[in-house]
Amino acid sequence: MSNNVMSEIRKDYLYHLVMNDERADGRSFDQHREISVETGVIDKADGSARVRLGKTQVLVGVKIQPGEPYSDSPDRGVIITNAELVPLASPNFEPGPPNEHGIELARVVDRGVRESRSIDLDALCITPGKKVWIVFIDIHILDDCGNIMDASSLGAIAALMTAKVPAEQYGLGEDWFLPVRDVPVATTVVEFGGVLMSDPDTDEETAADTKLTVITTADGSVCGMQKRGPGSLSMDHIYRIVDISCEMAKEIRDKFLDV
Amino acid sequence: MDEKLSFFKDGIRLDGRRPGELRPVTIEAGVLERADGSCYIEMGGNKVIAAVYGPREVHPRHLQKVTRAIVRYRYNMASFSVEERKRPGPDRRSHEVSKVSREALEPVILTHYFPRSVIDVFVEVLQADAGTRTAGINAASVALADAGVPMKCLVSSCAAGKVDGQVILDPMKDEDNFGEGDMPLAVTPYGEVTLLQADGGFTVEETREAMEIARKGCEQIYEIQKKALIDRYSQLEDPEERGSGV
Repeated sequence: MSNNVMSEIRKDYLYHLVMNDERADGRSFDQHREISVETGVIDKADGSARVRLGKTQVLVGVKIQPGEPYSDSPDRGVIITNAELVPLASPNFEPGPPNEHGIELARVVDRGVRESRSIDLDALCITPGKKVWIVFIDIHILDDCGNIMDASSLGAIAALMTAKVPAEQYGLGEDWFLPVRDVPVATTVVEFGGVLMSDPDTDEETAADTKLTVITTADGSVCGMQKRGPGSLSMDHIYRIVDISCEMAKEIRDKFLDV
Repeated sequence: MDEKLSFFKDGIRLDGRRPGELRPVTIEAGVLERADGSCYIEMGGNKVIAAVYGPREVHPRHLQKVTRAIVRYRYNMASFSVEERKRPGPDRRSHEVSKVSREALEPVILTHYFPRSVIDVFVEVLQADAGTRTAGINAASVALADAGVPMKCLVSSCAAGKVDGQVILDPMKDEDNFGEGDMPLAVTPYGEVTLLQADGGFTVEETREAMEIARKGCEQIYEIQKKALIDRYSQLEDPEERGSGV
């Protein structure tokens, strides 16, 4: 993530490329890397997805278990999102409790799922006030080659869309598919050298000061945003990023999350 | 979901405000003795105090950067600041708020003047009433200036929200909890956005509208921040006397 070390020469090189309307891997500025989404990759999980975004690889597992509801929503299910930036995924990740990057990642992914009202939490009530289904979304980063945010978010929704509530296992009737009503997609754009670039790779992410992640729903509205990094963005750039994001999210949704 | 209660009565909000109106804001700079800079802010029912220490030596040492100062920001909520007692200490939310708030201030702090040092910003939320992160950023920005930390400019922050399908400025607790969206924003006086988050549901058009209305709110807060600093330093007639402590 942003604590990558990068030589000034490399940064200079990227800058010069941008000035010539180019990117290091030959993509256009609004083009994302190749995406693949595989679902049902972990049998033990109730839903799972492995996402490849260029060389970035993320595995998301969904586990659904009965548990206690929150006291302020006694008849609604619970979503808990967690991200593990395990040290096998990057030389910058260290073992130990999640740092602020991991927490932010999990919370932004969670925001997409929650704020889009994608999961019908009312349908996850077993006994009001006593027992509800708890949906655990666990994000495991396997290879961080940039933009793990978009990959994780895509993995989360793909895993949820294929997840089954394991009711039988708990003597609560037959298994049923988790009701997913909306398909939030997160897209990240960085500003570098005055240019807006979609889906940054590791170098681009390191070189750019500022990123904006926009999460949009199927009807093209914004259900979450997060500016990240120690820089600033102009209002005009933000408006453009929102437009770019809507478009790209639609493409990704149609291509990879069509059921 | 099934909103029977309306958030508006004759176009006026539950607390008597118009859609584009801020809650009352008061800011006072230099409220703490030991800190290098400090600030107390009230934004509606929010009561937040910020302190700045530094630039000072970095501990642990391995965190230091050879070319610039690092900035640390700790957002902390008092356990009594909310309706139901909050467990003391940082939770996941406060980690995220700390990160985005730090990133809201870093663009204006001239950190390269102080290599190998740290600027610590501590923000304590004493009472929360929706919009604590924006109140914290406003206070921290003034506290940094109060500490004499070189900055390009101040940063001002407030949120926009959406209730009953309408975009509003500076949502209060009920509007935040039961509304359809929340969008905290921080900007410099030059209109550079340094913090932007959103949750809820905004159409693309509403997103722009919310950002515009929040920016207007920030402009008003900027004036209050400036005034707080002027008030503080225009009263300092004799710095010698202040330091002697007899």
